[in-house]
Amino acid sequence: MTAPSQQKLKVQGAAVITANRLSDGAVVYRTAAGAWTTQLADAAVVTGTQAAKELLARAAADENIAVGAYVAPVDVGADRIEPGNLRERIRVAGPTFSLPACIAG
Amino acid sequence: MYIYDDFDLTLVAERVAEFRDQVARRLSGELNEEEFKPLRLMNGVYLQLHAYMLRVAIPYGTLSSKQLRALAHIGRRYDRNYGHFTTRQNIQFNWIKLSDLPDVMADLAEAGLHGMQTSGNCVRNVTTDQWAGVAPDEIEDPRVWAEILRQHSTLHPEFSYLPRKFKIALTAAATDRAAVRVHDIGLRLHKNGTGETGFEVMVGGGLGRTPFIGKTIKPFLPKRDFLSYIEAILRVYNQYGRRDNIYKARIKILVHELGAEKFAAEVEAEWRNIKDGALALDPAFVADIAARFRYPDYKALSDNPIELKRARAADPKFEGWFRNSVTPHRTPGYAIVTLSLKPEGAPPGDATSEQMDAIADLADRYSFGEIRVGHEQNLALPHVAQRNLPALWEALDAVGVATPNVNLVSDIIACPGLDYCSLANARAIPVAQELSRRFKSLDTQREIGRLHINISGCINACGHHHIGHIGILGVEKNGQEFYQITLGGRADENAELGALLGPAVPYAEVAEAIEDVVAAYVELRERPNELFVDTVKRVGIEPFKERVYATR
Repeated sequence: MTAPSQQKLKVQGAAVITANRLSDGAVVYRTAAGAWTTQLADAAVVTGTQAAKELLARAAADENIAVGAYVAPVDVGADRIEPGNLRERIRVAGPTFSLPACIAG
Repeated sequence: MYIYDDFDLTLVAERVAEFRDQVARRLSGELNEEEFKPLRLMNGVYLQLHAYMLRVAIPYGTLSSKQLRALAHIGRRYDRNYGHFTTRQNIQFNWIKLSDLPDVMADLAEAGLHGMQTSGNCVRNVTTDQWAGVAPDEIEDPRVWAEILRQHSTLHPEFSYLPRKFKIALTAAATDRAAVRVHDIGLRLHKNGTGETGFEVMVGGGLGRTPFIGKTIKPFLPKRDFLSYIEAILRVYNQYGRRDNIYKARIKILVHELGAEKFAAEVEAEWRNIKDGALALDPAFVADIAARFRYPDYKALSDNPIELKRARAADPKFEGWFRNSVTPHRTPGYAIVTLSLKPEGAPPGDATSEQMDAIADLADRYSFGEIRVGHEQNLALPHVAQRNLPALWEALDAVGVATPNVNLVSDIIACPGLDYCSLANARAIPVAQELSRRFKSLDTQREIGRLHINISGCINACGHHHIGHIGILGVEKNGQEFYQITLGGRADENAELGALLGPAVPYAEVAEAIEDVVAAYVELRERPNELFVDTVKRVGIEPFKERVYATR
C-alpha cells in the first residue's frame, strides 16, 4: 500500500512531522526548534496543509538525522498530544501484543 | 546440507565489507537517503514502523544448527531476543539498528548467511519444498536446481534491476508444498512419457493486488535447458515488463496482458538464441552441485520400532502429536518432524533466541544438525530416527514448539501487519492470536480437520490470504480496521484463489465471523473427512455468506 510519505498531502486538523532516526530507526518527531525528539509531547504541532508542508520541507531536508519524514495526524488535548490514528499509536507504543517471551529459559 | 565453497564464502565476506563502507558513508552524510536506500535494500534492510528490519535469506529453507545458532545470536545481541520466520523461507529481525548492521552482517557471514536477494527488484531467494530431499513423494531433490538458480542469479547484473521483484519456487513432489503456482515462475519436476525427468514451467502466478494462478508455458523442459529457458523468461520480462507503473510491473500482468501463448512465443524466440550457448547445462556441472548436498549417514533402521509403539500406546498426548506433526520419511526408520511455531495466542512464526538455540541443539542430537523452514512459518527436523521420537517430543514440548496443530485451524499464516510493517493498513497478528485462542481446543481442531487460515494486513498479501482456505485481508475504512474474508483458496497442486465472501467486517467481529464460517462448514460437510475447501467447492460460498451476514 501507499506509505503516508507517498500520499498526497491534505491536512485537516492538527498534525506533527514524524520520521525514523537514521542511526537506529527510532520514531522521532520534529520540534519547533528544528531538532528531533523521541517524545511526541515535545513535537511541533501545526494546523492546516500549508503549515504542515512548510514544516515537512524543513524536516525532510534534515535527512542525515531522520529519514522518511511525513505528516502524521494528532489529537491535541488540554495537557497532552495523542497520536491521531492506529498506525501512529503503534509507532508510539509498539506492537499491540506482548513480544515473544523467553520460553526455554 | 549444501556445503559452501570458498567462492561463496568470499562473495559473502566481500559483500559485508562493501556494506560496512556504505553504512559508514550514509551515517557520515556522504551518501544521501536516495542513494543509500537501494543499497540497503539489496542487503535485505528495510525501514519499518519502529526500526530497521533485516530479512535474512534461508535458501530453499535449509539451515544447519550452526546457522540457526547464528540467527539466535543475532536476535539476542542485536535485536529483542526473537526472530520472525516468514512465508518465503526467510527470517526477519524487527528491531535492528543501522549502526549495528555491518556487525550483524559479519556475524551472519561467519555462518554463511546474508540478506542478499531478500529485497529489491531482483530474483529473490528461491524457495522449495521444506521436505526436499527426504519426502517420500518426490522424484529427486529440488534443492539442487534451486541452488543452481541461486548461483546464477546472485548479483547477476542483467537481473539486478528487473521491473519488479521476481520470485521462483520449485517442487519435485506429487504434493506441492511450495505453492509453485502462485510464483512469478513455478517449476515442477516430473517425468515425461519416456521416463525422462524435466520441468513443467509455469509463469505469471502471484498474489498481491492482482492475484493470478500461473500458466503452464512449457509442459516439459529438459534439464539441460533449465537455466537458458529461465533466462529467456527473465529477458522477455526485463524487456517488456511495465516499469512505468509499479502496480503493473510484475510478470503476472505482462503474461495476462500479452496472453500466455504470446508470452510463451516471445520466450521461445529468445530461447532459440541462447539455448545451445553457455547456459546449456552440462550434466557434470549439475552432478557437481548435487554432490555438494551432503545427506546424513542414515543407519539401517526399521519403521515403527518398539520404542515408538510403546510411547504411542502409553501416552495419548504423544500419540496426538505423533499423528499431527510426524510425517513419513523416504528412509526406513526415520521421520520428518514439524515444529509448530503457532502455540496458542502467540504471533505466528516467531521464535525466541532461546528456542532457536534449543532447536539447534535438538537438531544436532536428533536430526544430523539440520533444520528446515517452511512457508507456513513452521520449522522441521528432517532426519529423526523414529525410535528417538518420544525423547524428541518431550524436549520440543519443553521449549514450546510441540503444539500438535500443524495444518489445523490454529496453524495460521500471518504477515507482520500494522504492528510492524510500514505498508500495512490493518493488524494481522492480533487477529491470528484471537483466532488461535478461540480454537484452542485440540479436540475441536481435530474435528474440524485440515484448514488453513491466511491473514494479510494489506493488499500486498505477504500472508498469502488469496490462497488460504479462509483468507483474511485487512483494509482501512475511514481510519478503522476492516477485514475482507475469502473462502476456497488453496496453495497446493490444485491451487485456486479464494472467492470474496461479502462486505468487510470490523476488527471486533472478524474472529466471530470466522467462527461462523467454520461452524457452517462443520454442518455442511458431507462426511467428517471432507476438507473445508472441498465443501466450499461443492456448495459454493452462498451458505457461508448467509451464515456470516445473517446477523450483521
